[in-house]
Amino acid sequence: MKILNCPINGPRPVQEFVFGGELREMPDPDVATDAEWTDYVYNRNGAPGLRREWWYHLASGTWFVAERDTGTNDVKKTYLYGDEVEHG
Amino acid sequence: MAERLAPRRGEWIDRNRPLEFSFEGKKHTGFAGDTISSALWVSGRRLLGRSFKYHRPRGIFSFADHDVNVMVQDRSLLNIRADVTLLEGGQKLRAVNTVGGLKMDLGQLNNRLARFLPVGFYYKSFHKPAKLFPYYERLIRKAAGLGYVTPDEERRHWGKAYGFADVLVVGAGPSGLAAAAAAGEAGAKVVLVDENAHPGGTLTYAEGANGEANGMLADLLRRVEASPNVEYRAETVASAHFEEHWVPLVHREDGMTKMRAGSVVVAGGAMEQPAVFRNNDMPGVMLGSAALRLIHRYAVKPFDKGVVLAANSDAYGVTLDLLRAGVEVAAVVDLRHDGEESELGGAVREAGVRVYTGHCVYEARAAKKGLGVGEAIIAPLDVQNNPIPSRAFEVGCDGISMSVGWAANAALLAQSGCRLGYSEDLHQFVPVELADGIFASGRVNGVYRAEDKIRDGERAGILAARHVGEGKAADVPAEVPRHPGPAPSHPYPVYDHPKGMAFVDLDEDVQLKDIKNSIQEGFDSIALVNRFATLGMGPSQGKHSNTNGIRIVARLMTKTVEETGTITSRPFFHPVPMGVLAGRSFHPARRTPMHRRHEERGAVFMRAGDWFRPEYYATPGRGREDAILDEVRAVRLGVGLIDVGTLGKLEVAGPNALELIERICTGKFAKLKVGMTRYALMTDEAGTITDDGVCARLSDEHFYLTATTSGVDALYREMTRWVKVWGLDAEVTNYSNAFAAMNLAGPLSREVLSGMTDLDLSEDAFPYLGVREGRVTGVPARVMRVGFVGELGYEVHVPADGGLHAWDAITEAGKAFGIRPFGVEAQRRLRLEKGHVIVGQDTDGLTNPWEANMGWAVKLDKPFFIGQRTLKILEKRGQEVEQRGGEDRRLIGQRTQDRKLAGFALVYGGEGPRPKECHLAIEDGEIIGRVTSIAYSEALGKVIGLAFLPADRAVGSCFQIRADGGALVDAEVVEVPFYDPDNSRQKGGQREVTYQGGKA
Repeated sequence: MKILNCPINGPRPVQEFVFGGELREMPDPDVATDAEWTDYVYNRNGAPGLRREWWYHLASGTWFVAERDTGTNDVKKTYLYGDEVEHG
Repeated sequence: MAERLAPRRGEWIDRNRPLEFSFEGKKHTGFAGDTISSALWVSGRRLLGRSFKYHRPRGIFSFADHDVNVMVQDRSLLNIRADVTLLEGGQKLRAVNTVGGLKMDLGQLNNRLARFLPVGFYYKSFHKPAKLFPYYERLIRKAAGLGYVTPDEERRHWGKAYGFADVLVVGAGPSGLAAAAAAGEAGAKVVLVDENAHPGGTLTYAEGANGEANGMLADLLRRVEASPNVEYRAETVASAHFEEHWVPLVHREDGMTKMRAGSVVVAGGAMEQPAVFRNNDMPGVMLGSAALRLIHRYAVKPFDKGVVLAANSDAYGVTLDLLRAGVEVAAVVDLRHDGEESELGGAVREAGVRVYTGHCVYEARAAKKGLGVGEAIIAPLDVQNNPIPSRAFEVGCDGISMSVGWAANAALLAQSGCRLGYSEDLHQFVPVELADGIFASGRVNGVYRAEDKIRDGERAGILAARHVGEGKAADVPAEVPRHPGPAPSHPYPVYDHPKGMAFVDLDEDVQLKDIKNSIQEGFDSIALVNRFATLGMGPSQGKHSNTNGIRIVARLMTKTVEETGTITSRPFFHPVPMGVLAGRSFHPARRTPMHRRHEERGAVFMRAGDWFRPEYYATPGRGREDAILDEVRAVRLGVGLIDVGTLGKLEVAGPNALELIERICTGKFAKLKVGMTRYALMTDEAGTITDDGVCARLSDEHFYLTATTSGVDALYREMTRWVKVWGLDAEVTNYSNAFAAMNLAGPLSREVLSGMTDLDLSEDAFPYLGVREGRVTGVPARVMRVGFVGELGYEVHVPADGGLHAWDAITEAGKAFGIRPFGVEAQRRLRLEKGHVIVGQDTDGLTNPWEANMGWAVKLDKPFFIGQRTLKILEKRGQEVEQRGGEDRRLIGQRTQDRKLAGFALVYGGEGPRPKECHLAIEDGEIIGRVTSIAYSEALGKVIGLAFLPADRAVGSCFQIRADGGALVDAEVVEVPFYDPDNSRQKGGQREVTYQGGKA
């Protein structure tokens, strides 16, 4: 049982969270080619490494971003979406 | 019954509390504190179990749950490890793996047939012919079972608890006790666990020869007891290590504690390893540590006249202890040419015991009468460690004790990600690199002398405490060097015999020759041999077999042990009763405010996600089908009321509320007037339908959006995420639980509602698809004109605490009009007659809107919605197909899909099996699609349904449906909607009824 650190609610057992997939920028649908768009929709990066991921704290309805090494399952840090830019 | 030894200091039995029990139908007596095995052994029984494959007779071997020779069943409790399970009075035990009882086990025929059951036999023999496999499978399953499930026994629940500790210490031997004491004294909250009934580990048996052990143990226990920070748990197995130091602690009675520790000290000791020789599994052949545990803990003589097989100084300690216990030691057989040079060796020689150095036990032979050992065949070894059978001789004995080496109990270390390496000095694996927060001490760390183990534990305990921020003031003791002097383990205690039966793995009856054959067959890595020969695949996960197995594979492949690698035992380290894992199931149950009323009305409930919904209302004297048809008829001809409170209900408000809805839904909502609703369809980025509902505009910036019962949580989640990503000024609130909702439907619904609301219900004031806010039965309400079931209908949403009141009031007012509550099944049939799709039933994880005939709800010409870009690609591809296949008429109109939902009706005389949902559509013997909905429509007098069929199947074309049992039922594609195709009824235009089932 892993413990995830919700930026609002602090450390909570992972059962309280829903995984929301890797945080990926949606390409501009008006500019992207069909190939670029289908790549975005259907292809995922499965190689182990550091990823930015969406996580959702079910009990409080909090979306946040976790930086997780998918090779080791270590969560490096968690923060609310948009906060990372502000704090550099 | 044989006598116990004289009372011993520190023994684990309570001689004042005799316990009666039975084994295989025969009565026995033991003492409280006995394990099942010790109580049986002292009674003189030697045959305690049968092996798994050949059903060979077995007795005590490791006496530590490192083998499963003695596995018994006590009524409903299966596969009890008799070696370590405390005896209880009144137990009715029997051995698990026999056919017709332990003594006359018919399965032992397999032993005679062993040469016809070669390694990989099952893998090779039963694959062909394939049609016979089910027959073989039955036989194999029957032979493979251990124990019998007893369904009549009362169901038992084990508890689950959560535990937290700064430091978890696994193993309460000398190093574990020292670690727990040191960590506790440093200020850390410590939990100390040990699988045995008493603490002390090797101090309670192995050091018994030197007398100092009792003093050491007493000192350690005093320290542990003096520390308020240390909690000790006996009979508790730390059975796995998961990430972030999450360790399930399993107790046979109490169940599981989900322990989360800040750091972990693994002080699990070492597991004694057997030698491999012919008949090394015979009752009476046991590990030296097993013999010592019998003597010191339970005052049981392991045998009367023994041969001690030796390859370390432990063997000489065992010899002396055997002598003190009154056992005659016929010979010490030392595998080493140099023998034992320590004081212990001298003491043994002084005692007059015959010591053969450079010899091995080449074979154990059974006694003339009985199944246990009768003599040991001893052979000298050449310098290559090979036995010389021509010079073998026999020594009479009824027991053989083996002290030839140890394996680190390192499963938790391996599971936690520590790196292990093989020490050529010690001939065992030791930790080379520890994982974060994991510390090892004692034998698992290659430290063997008692005083060294205590120092090593001390050090690990302080390091573990410092890891969690305690004990900063404490000095970290110096590293304790690994065992000095002669290795405690022999590098290769394996002796081949031409007649075989030299066992490497007793659980699975894996012989030395099986490993050889596996490698000859090309399984040339330890991981493959492991699986093919089933080495270490038994319940004890190789605790007594992996070490020798790896050595044998290494030698056969001329590699080092290090190169050959290890076998990581999987969680759980010891098998755990299924009941402990299963625990209880906690499924949330959600009930609407009207639930009690449904119950009173005889509702038969069904689950919809977590919700309970009435499937139909049972009526005395009417069966299920009749009751449902009654409900359908009420709605078509009069008026009905259904609880739709489980629907998802979202409010979207704010300056960007419209923008958010436009981006989430496939349709256009900008021109939706305040006071009106519009069908809302949602797709994901792949253009797959995810949900649908109704979007009502309450004001310019305020929308009320319904969604499906099971889909709303995901929809709400996604909408709140997109609000953040897009930075929209809109608030989404999930009111699914806050509002009750009911749909009043049927041609008489307006009459029922008109007397109880302040809303103007006239067609002009409140048209089809309108939404109004007002009061219904005095409760504030949102009312929507909907047409899901295809009749005039009002969906009434009220605050949840007013739901029951509104339901009752509407029901009361409806009595004059013959109102009837209807359930989910009637609603499904009503909407099916209209051809309305239920997302999730008629659609699957790949269905796009065109396939579901909902292209009309998709507006590709608006700026953006989730899924739009993908649907545009699909549309373009459809157009290309159309251009290419100009003359191929089949493709015209097919544009964007390979399949589509088509309505069908059965060409059906009422006889034979009726197809069900998910039955396959068949054409010329080929599968062409599947049924998604099917039901009898009384209005049409036919069985109708929806099915995914190839897109070109026109109205009038025929196919078949394969029903249960394989019967093919004819069906014809028909026009959808089946009923009231102009939708005049739900719009309130048509009141006259053309209905085959009855009259208004």
